[in-house]
Amino acid sequence: MDFSLSEEQQMLQDSVAKFVHNDYDFESRMKVVKGDDGYSKVHWKLFAELGWLMVPFTEEEGGLGGSAADLMVVMEEFGKGIVIEPFLATAVIGGGLVAGAGNDLQKGELIAGIMDGSQQIAFGYVEPQSRYDLSDVATQAEKTDSGYRLNGHKAVVLNGGIANTLIVSARTSGSQADADGISLFVVDADAAGVDVQSYRTQDGARAAEIKLNNVEVSAASLLGAEGQALPVIESVLQRATLAICAEAVGAMEVAYQKTVEYTKTRVQFGVPIAKFQALQHRMADMFVEHQQAKSIVLMAAMKLDQGGEGAAKAISAMKVCVGKAARAVGQEAVQIHGGIGVTDELDVGHYFKRLTMIELLFGNTAYHTQNFARL
Amino acid sequence: MNVEFSSEELAFQQEVRKFLKEKLPAKISEKAKHELHFTKEDFVQWQQILAEQGWAAVNWPVEYGGTGWTPTQKYIWSNECAKVGAPGVIPFGMSMVAPVIYSFGSEEQKQRFLPDILGSKVWWCQGYSEPNAGSDLASLKTTAVREGDEYVVNGTKTWTTLGQHADWIFCLVRTAGSDAKNQEAISFLLIDMKTPGINVSPIYLLDETREVNEIHFDNVRVPVGNIIGEEGKGWTYAKVLLTHERTGIAGVAKSKEAIAQVKQLASETSHFGQPLMEDSAFAQKVAALEIDLLALEYTDLRTLAAVSTGKAPGPESSILKIKGTEIAQQIDELKMEIAGYYAIPFVKDQFEYGFEGPMVGPGAAANSAPAYFNHRKTTIYGGSNEVQKNIICKAVLGL
Repeated sequence: MDFSLSEEQQMLQDSVAKFVHNDYDFESRMKVVKGDDGYSKVHWKLFAELGWLMVPFTEEEGGLGGSAADLMVVMEEFGKGIVIEPFLATAVIGGGLVAGAGNDLQKGELIAGIMDGSQQIAFGYVEPQSRYDLSDVATQAEKTDSGYRLNGHKAVVLNGGIANTLIVSARTSGSQADADGISLFVVDADAAGVDVQSYRTQDGARAAEIKLNNVEVSAASLLGAEGQALPVIESVLQRATLAICAEAVGAMEVAYQKTVEYTKTRVQFGVPIAKFQALQHRMADMFVEHQQAKSIVLMAAMKLDQGGEGAAKAISAMKVCVGKAARAVGQEAVQIHGGIGVTDELDVGHYFKRLTMIELLFGNTAYHTQNFARL
Repeated sequence: MNVEFSSEELAFQQEVRKFLKEKLPAKISEKAKHELHFTKEDFVQWQQILAEQGWAAVNWPVEYGGTGWTPTQKYIWSNECAKVGAPGVIPFGMSMVAPVIYSFGSEEQKQRFLPDILGSKVWWCQGYSEPNAGSDLASLKTTAVREGDEYVVNGTKTWTTLGQHADWIFCLVRTAGSDAKNQEAISFLLIDMKTPGINVSPIYLLDETREVNEIHFDNVRVPVGNIIGEEGKGWTYAKVLLTHERTGIAGVAKSKEAIAQVKQLASETSHFGQPLMEDSAFAQKVAALEIDLLALEYTDLRTLAAVSTGKAPGPESSILKIKGTEIAQQIDELKMEIAGYYAIPFVKDQFEYGFEGPMVGPGAAANSAPAYFNHRKTTIYGGSNEVQKNIICKAVLGL
């Protein structure tokens, strides 16, 4: 057992931390959030230049190694600045699906594009009725002479309005809830019949409702073996879950630290409110929650890198622990800040929003508690 | 960064398993299995077996007879011990007074006390709390007034765990000044329990066991050579000791075994026609606890890893005390829930070795409520969990 970061991981951590600290102040972030692009193209170019977009990929794929531990390091630092650039959607999820299911041609083209910053990807797998059931896929892929015809509704597609390339799940056989028969397709976002309704998410990123109306795709756009996509979807979303949990750890650290600092300056009843034990113990609890979350994310990253049977259970354990901590720390940060905490102008509320959304993503606390008990 | 055991670590695990299988006395193992009370003799016998093997003082420096184990080896050791129910080493000598002696004691004191602690020849107890100095320990009032080559000690110490067996007691005493808040008047004194003027009276806990005592000192004369380090530095020594010893306080290995037992018991317990473990409300409570414990396990490991790279465990180790005790108490609640009606009878002798009368209810059920009642102490002792939060606030959050 060894919990220390390698020299490369430390350098990676330093470089992301430096970026967040120097270039990612809250005001500029909010300008991007409220701007038209939904993310900063300047930052994205920098991510590519600094090699961060190569982090999720193995050396064989042209990346930096692709370990879960590396991903954890990057995402924890991103969390400190609640970075909204679509690293998760494009590099972790989109990149993960291509790397996990794609053929050499698809890998060559798409992964290179992700790494050089030219590709933006969104993965449509949630449907209005599916909630967290990954095998509930109503979208149909009907075979045609030249390929497939897609029809269906993909809901809350992260990065949906930004992506130039979509990956969607669709059923090539079986009934709506079957584990078998789900396939993945690479679809051009501009293709005829693709209707993208883009919107802002609660936490300032972009997502979309995507309707596929008789979208014709070629046979070559099938990603992975026909009907066998579920395992790769599960495995990529496990990694994505690790990524957002590491992000939450970073966000919680800032949330509790900002709260502590605020109480030292806010004077009521003639003293800084930091003097009140009723508040002190709650901040101690926030610290404990953060540390416990950090520990379990470390555990899950190592289990993912170890591979094998234990990974799914470890991910569920992590999501439950982080989900509860994120709720508690986010709510307490706002409560202890008082009135200013519920305003749009202060950053703390935005950490709260991101933490709240993380609890909902990729299976909430209740779902993963059940999953953990079942596994 | 990796979570796997190396081949050396796996070999060590095998060695530990073999040792426990061969050397843990059958009687102790049987008591553990049936949750019967261990006696003083059980503890001493086991600790002497460990001493023979060189494994009694897990955390001591090697030069004084410690193991020199890595954090991973310590982790393996505690897990394997918990699996077979081996009794823990009584901490008062081995992990509480000994580190103070080897860190701050004189050469003469080291030679005089450490070998007997290592060999479990002397039983130590702790004299910190007083009737009016609990969470506010620094307000303690027991005095040690110097007269020639002796200190004359007067006062009362309380909550002295297993003090009825003790040969020696280590005490925090006030050597100067009457200012109740003055931590610089506190000294660390070692006292022979056979000294005239010491009177031990029992305190019974909610499960009617005699675990703690009140100890009265009436003009007890102690040689000045029994003071550790300098007069007035006792508080500093005690604090160093506390942060060091809070690693291990998480009780992760024990709680892991307890959760395994909960699952086993719940799958053998019928609940509306199905095993209780299949009741989704119950299963989710178990899952939530298991996850909490998993996070704590890695917090514990992170702390151990930090210690091994030379960082003293910071006040972060208060997390281990808070979460460890809370989780263990919640496991007790689950055991009582599993027991149902059979948590109600209290047949005291049933927990003693050799009890031959008819058992009332299944063994684990019978012990569920007494354990629940007894373990309420854990969030109160060793610096209550509220005090731990104060420590975090002061030392980590800068409040």
